[in-house]
Parts: sequence; C-alpha cells; structure tokens
Amino acid sequence: MKALCWYGKNDVRVETVPDPQIINPHDAIVKITSTAICGSDLHLYNGYIPTMQKGDILGHEFMGEVVEVGKEVKKLKVGDRVVVPFTISCGQCFFCQRELWSLCDNSNPNAWMAEKLYGYSPSALFGFSHMLGGYAGGQAEYARVPFADVGPLKLDNGGLTDDQVLFLSDIFPTGYMAAENANIEPGDTVAVWGAGPVGQFAIKSAYMLGAEQVIAIDRFPERLRLAETEGKARTINYEDTDVVEELKSLTGGRGPDSCIDAVGMEAHGTSPVAMLDKAKQMAKIETDRPNALREAIQACRKGGTVSVPGVYGGFIDSMPMGAIVNKALTLKSGQTHMQRYMRPLLERIQNGDIEPSFIITHHMKLEDAPNGYSMFRDKEDECVKVVLKP
Amino acid sequence: MTETSARERQMTRYNQHQDGDTASNERLLYALGGGALVLVGLSRRSLPGMGLAAVGGSVAYHALTGHWPMQQSNGIDADYSIRVNRAVTINKPVEELYRLWRDFENLPRLMSHLESVTVQDGKRSHWVASAPLGKTVEWDAEIINEEENRLIAWRSIGDADVESAGSVRFEKAPGDRGTEVHVKMEYMPPGGVAGAMFAKLFQEEPSQQVHADLQRLKQTLEAGEVPSTEGQPRGG
Repeated sequence: MKALCWYGKNDVRVETVPDPQIINPHDAIVKITSTAICGSDLHLYNGYIPTMQKGDILGHEFMGEVVEVGKEVKKLKVGDRVVVPFTISCGQCFFCQRELWSLCDNSNPNAWMAEKLYGYSPSALFGFSHMLGGYAGGQAEYARVPFADVGPLKLDNGGLTDDQVLFLSDIFPTGYMAAENANIEPGDTVAVWGAGPVGQFAIKSAYMLGAEQVIAIDRFPERLRLAETEGKARTINYEDTDVVEELKSLTGGRGPDSCIDAVGMEAHGTSPVAMLDKAKQMAKIETDRPNALREAIQACRKGGTVSVPGVYGGFIDSMPMGAIVNKALTLKSGQTHMQRYMRPLLERIQNGDIEPSFIITHHMKLEDAPNGYSMFRDKEDECVKVVLKP
Repeated sequence: MTETSARERQMTRYNQHQDGDTASNERLLYALGGGALVLVGLSRRSLPGMGLAAVGGSVAYHALTGHWPMQQSNGIDADYSIRVNRAVTINKPVEELYRLWRDFENLPRLMSHLESVTVQDGKRSHWVASAPLGKTVEWDAEIINEEENRLIAWRSIGDADVESAGSVRFEKAPGDRGTEVHVKMEYMPPGGVAGAMFAKLFQEEPSQQVHADLQRLKQTLEAGEVPSTEGQPRGG
C-alpha cells in the first residue's frame, strides 16, 4: 500500500510499504477513505517531537471501512464504516473504566519511554512517536486498529459524508473537550489562542456550552476571518496589538473568564521573551515555546480557568506560576478522552447543530501529502485544513 | 573454610528469624525470580564462585526479615547483591492473581524472560530463564513462606546458577481498584567482586525487566493481550 512516511525534519515521503496485518486478537484492519493532516503533525514535521524513527507512518485523523477483524473482535464487522479516534484504549483498565480514555494503562508497548519523561505513560496514539506507542498511522491506504471494539465509532452508511464526520477522529472532540475543560458558565467570555482547526472547534464548542462571547487570537487574517464568520467570535491579531491589554479592554477591565491555549509548543510571539523561547528551542535547552500559554495565564481573570488542548511535549521556562497561585487560576489539560465525545458530537452533526467541514480548505490525493504538509506549515493559499484521499 | 563459616552464620540468623513472628511478617518475600536474573546472565561456573555459599544464606535471611542482609555485614560486601522492588496494580481480584501466580508453570506464559518452570512437588520447582547472548540460567527454588491469597516467598537451593530469593505479596488496593502486586527480589551476581562490578553496569536493568514483566501481566489480564507493533509496516 501507499503510506506517508516520516524521514526527518521537513522530510515526509509517500512510499509503497507492506499492507498491515492483524497482530493481536482485538485488532481490525481499516481501508481508509479519508484522512487529514493535523496541526500536531506539524510538530512532527518540524522535528520537535522526540522518539520518531525514519520510516514511521504518520496520521491520526482517519476513517474508512473495516476489511478484516481479529478473532476477539465482537462488535465490529467487515464492511462497517468507522471513524477511528486518535487515541488507543483497552477499555478495561482503571482509566478506561472511568472514561479517562487517553490515559489508558495498557495500550502503549513503549510505556517505559513515556515513564522516563512523564512518570507514567498515557495511552498510545496513532502515528505520533515511539514514546507514545510507535503505532503506524492512518495517512495510508490501510491501517491496523488495536482494540477495535473500544475505539472506532460505527456510522450508518447513508447520510453523512466523510468530510462531515472525519473530524470526529480528533479535532472536533479536542476542541469540545477544551471548551468543557474551560468550566464555562452562562454569561462567560472565553478567549481562544490559535484560530487553527482545534481553535475553530473550541470557539463553536464554547458557544454550545453557554459562553456569551468568544474572542479569537491569531495573526493570519484568513483564520481570524473564519473565526468571525463561522465562529461568531471577536478577533485580535496579536501582531497589531498587546493581547493582554486588548482583552482587558474588550471585557471591561475584567479579563476573560476562561482562556484556551489551542496553540501549544510552537507558539509565535512578538515579545522579547517569545524571541528568547525561540532561541532556546533552537539551542535545545527548552523543548517547547509556551508564549500563548503565558499570555493566557496573564490575561485570565481572577479565579478563572486556563484550558490547554495545545500539544506540549516536554519542558517550558518562565512558567508564570505566581499568576496562577495569586489569581487562583484553574489549569486543565490532557489528550482528548475521545470516546466520551464521539457519539454525542456525531448526534450534534446529525441534528445540524454544526457542519464540521467548514474548516476544510484543501482536498488532495494521498500521493500529494508532502506538498500538503509544506502548504499547511507555511499557510500557503490560506491553508487551514488538508483532507487526503487515498 | 571462610565461605562455609559465613554461610553457617547466616543460616543461624535465618533460622532464628524463622522462629519469630513469620505469619505477620509481610516482608518475607521471596524470590520470584523471573526476569531479573537474566541480565547478569553468567553462570557462576564460568566465573570464580567466591562468596556464593555465604550469599545463599544471607539472601534467605532477607527473605524472612525484609532487611537487606548484605548491610548486616558479617564480612560480606554489601555492594554485591542486586535488589529489585516493584509493584503494579491490576484490576482483578486478589484470589485470581494469587491462584494464577501460585501455579508457577503459568509464569513463563506471562513473563517474557522466563523460559520454563517445572513444578517438582508442593514446595520445589525448577526454573529456566533466558540470558543475553543466547544463554540460559537455571535454578531450583523452594517455597519458604506462603500465605494463601497474600504471600509467596521463595529462595534458590542447591547448585543454582544465580543465588536468589524473592517474594510476591498480594494486597487489595484501596477504593476497589483491584490488587496490588508487590515483588521483591534479591540475588547475588555470580563471580564475587568481578561479578558485582559487571552487574553494577546493568543495575537499573533487573528492576526494569521485572517492571516490564509486571506490565505484561497486567496487560494480559486486563486488556486480554500485550500491546505490540511487531511486524507492522513502515517505510524504508
């Protein structure tokens, strides 16, 4: 089959590799009909996630048709149409049983690597470094899906198109959990750093959860425009203004009740500290650039909540802990507990509450994926979201 | 013979402790020995066997008291022995785990570093573990303490490749979270000072191997399989 393989910084290639086989009894093989490039794939592409190996197949947002099941798979059948969550969960451990699916104890074969870095290992992910499982991803014609009765969401064959349901694999639930983590109450103002795909879904989700106003912060005009037109958000271009002051002004001096960092470890910024982060990251003395996170903490109103769906891998400097303590902030984060959200959000799509395909700017063939990566990284042609068709 | 008298001293202490309150002494562990032995992987017959006789007794002493015996000294260098202390919580009842473990012949299926265990009678068994460079290490073990659904402790006996002792203790986890499985092991690297130096190079590994085996046990029992990416496609 054809698959998109990682070879190093700015080096991904579509290659012909062997088809995946059933390895464990709870596996299924899915023939992929649609797959997307995630903003977090750019962290891999830019070389900031450790424990990648040359030849790794990327991709964790995918859906398709079940073509083979292992002998212990009871619910899924050959021919089922499924969306596959980006996290891999056993369904039986302490964490899965408490719906903390992204913290599954039993899915990461390389748990020891994550234990060295984090103390304990989270669940494995598709196509996202060996530390997080080393599972081949879904930017390919086929993928092997472990614990197939636990993860994939079965869909009716009629009705919704791939473009409408594909983002149930990651970014819609991720944006939704970010809003849920933000502890939104009626009347609240929510500020969202990053108007990329997760930010866009966080904006819409914040309104679903009762926010009165949402403010989006980015620097790309087309993304801010999308946040305004689709998301009904007010917007701030951080290259034009002091974000913290602007947020004060937009909230009558109170500050946003909740702040969402949908940017993560490669934040850009214009302040001297942001420049220093960039230098330290290049020198490999700081793994992540937390400029958006710092700003969110600074801007948040007293007693507010900072929610972090953005991906961080390692360590950050100059964490404003004083602001967290003295303003009594709540900080919430985590990889998305996918199974909590996939079915309820599917119902939202079926009801017409949301049309997730609004973020798609580009459709490409899988063969053109390397071009898709560079376009997405450089925001060429106002690229927001690339969907690949194998 | 220095070795003999050292062993005698240790055995005396061991026996003294056996007269103590063994039933309540949950530290008596012993010798579970699967994975941890293998990294050393050298037969004592291939190296000077100095000090081993003394060691056997002291390891067993530890088994019954929970004290790391080498620090009690008696002229034995404390740096010789390798100790492992690991725990895992498994979302299954104590009885199920105890039953599974007590039938030692189940263990090679669950622990990647054990090749075989043959039970000879109620107390004795023969163990074979894989070692680096395609070697194996073998030993006979006897159960030296046992409490149903609570504790199994053993030590190596006779002409073991590696002297060892260990225990596994099962405890109901708080809040209905299954069973805590606590493994303690101690063993003597073969070869006296040279062997100890060799083993020190790998000091973290025995602990890591026991940890990995306990994780496999948890994965097998909870998830019904051990996660793997062996044989999946990749580029290049």
